Amino acid sequence: MRHDEWPLWEVFIRSQHGLAHKHVGSLHACDAEMAMNNARDVYTRRNEGVSIWVVRSADIAASSPGDKGPLFEPARSKTYRHPTFFPMPEDVKHM
Amino acid sequence: MDRFLFEYVLRLADSGLILSQRLAQWCGHGPALEEDLALTNVSLDLLGQARMWYALAGAVEGAGRDEDALAFLRDAAQFRNYLLVEQDNGHYGDTMVRQFFFDTWHYLLLERLGGSGQKDIAAIAEKSLKEVAYHARRSGDIVVRLGDGTDESHAKMQAAVDAIWRYTGELFVDDEVTADMASRRWAPMHDELRPAWLDHVARVLAQATLAAPDSIQADHPAHRGGIVGRHTEALGYLLAEMQYLQRAYPGASW
Repeated sequence: MRHDEWPLWEVFIRSQHGLAHKHVGSLHACDAEMAMNNARDVYTRRNEGVSIWVVRSADIAASSPGDKGPLFEPARSKTYRHPTFFPMPEDVKHM
Repeated sequence: MDRFLFEYVLRLADSGLILSQRLAQWCGHGPALEEDLALTNVSLDLLGQARMWYALAGAVEGAGRDEDALAFLRDAAQFRNYLLVEQDNGHYGDTMVRQFFFDTWHYLLLERLGGSGQKDIAAIAEKSLKEVAYHARRSGDIVVRLGDGTDESHAKMQAAVDAIWRYTGELFVDDEVTADMASRRWAPMHDELRPAWLDHVARVLAQATLAAPDSIQADHPAHRGGIVGRHTEALGYLLAEMQYLQRAYPGASW
């Protein structure tokens, strides 16, 4: 990274109806406060959110695309791990 | 017509519109995409507020002029904006210092106007205050970061503060218009806003490691007059660009 460029931040927004913060994109900012301001201006112009998280992209540990097979494929054949065999009571929301 | 109310509202409308137009000139030229978007957001906020003030001014005047007539069909001498907002953008630091000085004043004023005895003024002020609270926070944040940044950014910001400071005194000038409004409890005397403004600005500039000039340096009579229609050269060029379409093709619309 060039030292004269602002670091990259990942932006997570909790929308009006969502319960969890969702990744919406990234932006450049010199520090957390400016990242928050920029996130507000870049990603919530149309009243999308009620809460913002910003995280330095460099601080996120990510799985490698090459590990897709070993990490995720073994789960595919184990349908018993999915709670698809139970009827859902009507009163339960957000599942 | 309530002349003093008309004049007062026009000052607010014109200051919002002219600063909005100035900021719009950054569109597509910002130093970073994020700043570009943020500044045009602020520009649009100010334009929206100006429209509300113009609608009120037009209604008070009662001469059938709507927001477009007021914005596009008056000449420089008829504009009542503060000199501060018509100043050229300069570099990004210049723009942000001007913005920080204006936002701080704008916030303090709207806070008082929210309690105005004139219900239209109170309603517009209340609606605008949330937007302006964010403007003030953002411009203050940038001033701190550029002031307390590199040697180069620090020097540029100090020069910007020193150059723009002279236009801040006019924001606190009282005349027969503000005195009349204050006597009706429709607006504060602008001089009352000054201690809080100086206090906040001094605090932010200190955080930015920038020196605040003496407030007396903002009181020279040569650097005021916008609110009575005596403008700097900069406004003419701005209006020529902003009003071109309506002047060249009167009545043109989408």
